[in-house]
Amino acid sequence: MKNTLRQVFHSSKFLTGFLIFAAILLTMWIYPLFNPGNPLEMIGVGTFAQPGTYFSLYDAATTRTETLRLPDADEKRITNLVSDADRAAMIEWFGLMEIDVSEVDATDIDALLDLWLEHYDPSVKIKGMTQARRNFFKRLDKNLRQIRAADTLLVMHQEEEELVEKARITKTDYVNVSDVANVKRLPLGTDNFGRDVLKELVSATGTSIVIGLIAGTVATLIGLTLGLLAGYVGGLADDIIMFITNIFTVIPGFVLLILISYSIGQDQRGASVVAIVIGLTSWTWTARSVRSQVISLRNRDHVNLSKLSGHSLFRIILTDILPYIASYVVMAFILQVSSGILAEAQLSLLGLGPKTTVTPTLGLMMNWAMLYSAHTNGSWWAYFPVILTITLISFSLNLMNTGLDQVFNPTLRD
Amino acid sequence: MSEKKERHDFTGGPLCLSGRNVTKAFGLGDRKTVAVDHVDFDFHEGEFVSIVGESGSGKTTLSKMLLGLLNPTEGEILFEGKVRDISTARKKREYWKGIQAIFQDPFSSFNVFHKIDSVLLDCINMRGGRNLSQEEKVRLMTEACSFVNLKFAELTNKYPFELSGGQMQRLMIARIFLLKPRILLADEPTSMVDACSRATILDMLLDLRDETGMTIIFITHDIGLAYYISDTVYIMEHGRFVESGKADEVILHPKAAYTKRLISDVPKIHEEWDLSTVDLLAKEE
Amino acid sequence: MGKVILEVRDLKTKYVTRFHESVYAVDGVSFKIEEGKSLGVAGESGCGKSTLALSMMGYYFPPLHYISGDIIIDGKNISGMDPDTVRKSILGTEISYIPQAAMNALNPTQKIIRFLEDVIHAHDAKADNKEIRERAEARFAELGLPRDVLDKHAVELSGGMKQRTVIAVSTILSPKVLIADEPSSALDVTSQKMVIKMMRELMEKGYIKSMLFITHELPLLYNVTDDIMVMYAGQIVERGTAKEMVFDPIHPYSHGLMGSILVPEAGTRGSTLTAIPGTPPNLKKPPQGCRFAERCRYATEECRYHAIADKPFGDGRSYRCLMSVDKLREVYENE
Repeated sequence: MKNTLRQVFHSSKFLTGFLIFAAILLTMWIYPLFNPGNPLEMIGVGTFAQPGTYFSLYDAATTRTETLRLPDADEKRITNLVSDADRAAMIEWFGLMEIDVSEVDATDIDALLDLWLEHYDPSVKIKGMTQARRNFFKRLDKNLRQIRAADTLLVMHQEEEELVEKARITKTDYVNVSDVANVKRLPLGTDNFGRDVLKELVSATGTSIVIGLIAGTVATLIGLTLGLLAGYVGGLADDIIMFITNIFTVIPGFVLLILISYSIGQDQRGASVVAIVIGLTSWTWTARSVRSQVISLRNRDHVNLSKLSGHSLFRIILTDILPYIASYVVMAFILQVSSGILAEAQLSLLGLGPKTTVTPTLGLMMNWAMLYSAHTNGSWWAYFPVILTITLISFSLNLMNTGLDQVFNPTLRD
Repeated sequence: MSEKKERHDFTGGPLCLSGRNVTKAFGLGDRKTVAVDHVDFDFHEGEFVSIVGESGSGKTTLSKMLLGLLNPTEGEILFEGKVRDISTARKKREYWKGIQAIFQDPFSSFNVFHKIDSVLLDCINMRGGRNLSQEEKVRLMTEACSFVNLKFAELTNKYPFELSGGQMQRLMIARIFLLKPRILLADEPTSMVDACSRATILDMLLDLRDETGMTIIFITHDIGLAYYISDTVYIMEHGRFVESGKADEVILHPKAAYTKRLISDVPKIHEEWDLSTVDLLAKEE
Repeated sequence: MGKVILEVRDLKTKYVTRFHESVYAVDGVSFKIEEGKSLGVAGESGCGKSTLALSMMGYYFPPLHYISGDIIIDGKNISGMDPDTVRKSILGTEISYIPQAAMNALNPTQKIIRFLEDVIHAHDAKADNKEIRERAEARFAELGLPRDVLDKHAVELSGGMKQRTVIAVSTILSPKVLIADEPSSALDVTSQKMVIKMMRELMEKGYIKSMLFITHELPLLYNVTDDIMVMYAGQIVERGTAKEMVFDPIHPYSHGLMGSILVPEAGTRGSTLTAIPGTPPNLKKPPQGCRFAERCRYATEECRYHAIADKPFGDGRSYRCLMSVDKLREVYENE
């Protein structure tokens, strides 16, 4: 047993898959510790917000401010407000007025502005200039003067039909971000309901893995039981079980899944109900392959010997058959989990997933993104991380399965 | 080459296992194949019987019927004079206290997840020794292992697959030694072990018979081996016994054409192995 | 003394396991086979018989690795050649190999004549299909194989017929040496006899010049080959003619092996079989002294530490034991 485990972890494929999966599980466990709260809480309104850091305007305005000498920042703000076209216009005007600008650097907007405010006179008429052009320079002057003016914002508060001045915000007032109460870091932005996509994703991954585990367990248990009985007991039991299995195999599993989900109805469909429905429709191939494995084991001498020792059917199945196929069952289980997660995503995408108000799942997130056309308006953050997560989970599980296969199936060893 | 060993001849003792018209057919209609075709046999207590046949002769099917792992489609098997009744699980369990087996492939005869002590302990429990003291159990297991020249102390906490094929087959004999059934069915127990271990196993089976008076039914394809070991030989072809009798008579003075051919086709060392009779264009079956 | 067709000099090969451990399966084997002679190799499973057969072809692929030694076929040393040359110009014309499961190697979707075409085309690309058919028909007739086999598929043939067909196909180019590794073990006795008869005809009609025959069935070996060598733990422990080896084995291991022969003949019943206790040594770490010492009844302390060389005696025989031939014969006599 110890040896087998060591061998399993020696397989690079299994180890890679295991590490990816463990990383996903670890994130699911750790992230909510740092960012607790309901993943479906709507922190903003409106539509998809891009990934970034946000803070509440209301809170920022009412937070104690500090006046700082931040010339650079001031200059940056002014630079941003004066466009290149404006700058070119200013230099053009200086040229017409024959003012020497050789001492002034064209990129130094502060100096340029100083020069402008000193020399500009709207009454001066330049020969050959159209009225429209003159008006343009007047408007430019107005804009530039406004930029330089000490504009102050008043924060008012309504008290008995009267506005009372609450705070006065000047250009040079700054707020330390850590003093603002409501800063939201949204690495993956928000979805259309204004919900934090990352938080939602972490919670959804957990739910989806649980759905996969439940579906995988249900499918493996049913498949294993039926396969063992059909394979070992044989005869009539085998015929009946294989008849049922064949019926389930012939009916396309996904269609069955859709029909069952639809008939249950939106209100009754919790995550666990959906998981059980997925499990109930996907056990057939486990049953078939377990049966064929058991048939090849049934005639092995150690089983005959166990029979001759008078052991009961139950004990023979449990001690002489099950341990031999255990590795195989584990591999089948891993694949079932992976396909369970995918089945949930497919169902939810069609709108037949779990109730939408309780917990997010990976499929539901894709469904929401699709319904609010995230894919057409370029809000990649609403669906791409979900796809990536599903791919990673599926990839890691399949990698683990292949690794196990290589360890337990000597013909595949390299 | 070596000295003669005194061997008891148990033929003619009371009947232990016999069959009347025992038949096994697989499939139905056109696909029906008869593996064992109306065979009669009488095995006596303490007799060493060999059933010799080539592959496809039906000897393995017959052995499974004797063990009660398959039910004959026709005919009846008598165990100690009474018609064998194994219709229920309880009766089967009772029958299996009287008959045990050693199979061909030692590597598939053991559950690889069970340690050697648990295999032997299981035998003690089956013989009703569940309430014996730990020392007594260990004593019994040590005795059984020393019978087959294995050291129990070295085997504890080991798994069967850590032993060689010959050692595993000897452990199988130790298991039979503990169970002490009336009949032992050995289905080609030496065909997968080396010549050197084969001699050990054969001699142990003879000792086991001499010590316990157990009937041993030895199934083999090797007519030389059957001649060496058995009191009585049954030659099987296409599901029928074509010849049976004391080993000396059957092997040295065969009457049936099939037996004659079988003996002449086996390479020998004292007589010429006549290849001139071989017709290469003859149709093979 | 006839012309030496095959000579092997101090051949050493090893297996390398998944865990990079070396198993020295053939460890210093030397022998010669003369024209028209056949040599048998006997021994327990795991003694290196089959590895010797594989190593003989000069064609090594993992996990089997060549260490040292020469394989000389009719004066041509093939041990140093590269695999491509070996495959193109040695296999089939100089040396052919038939493993136990050879009959399962036939592709079930193709007719037998196609295999013959493949074999001949590999060495003579210009060969005409009509010529090949004539050649094959003539050879099949000589070897007593029905002509219609050529146009059948492998699945239509019985096990014995398949094995004979494989032998006929792999000897169509008349190789100088045929290596047969348990060619008849999976067959029933009647088919076995037919296979052996066919191999004897190949020798008598000169289609093969010498044969190395490997089996664990001693009575068969006795009847098929002229000489027998006994292999133990990767080394040859004794060599002699078939009759000498069966009735007068000298090495304690051969003596034990020959004492376990069972044949349906008067006198064998009631005799005592010789049993050799224990298991062969682990070839990852071969013992420094006599390799059989662990299991030998007559071993002394000296045997365990004294490397033992091949000692010649009698008429071209040799053995590998510390004790003298007379001493060993005396010991066996008194048992």
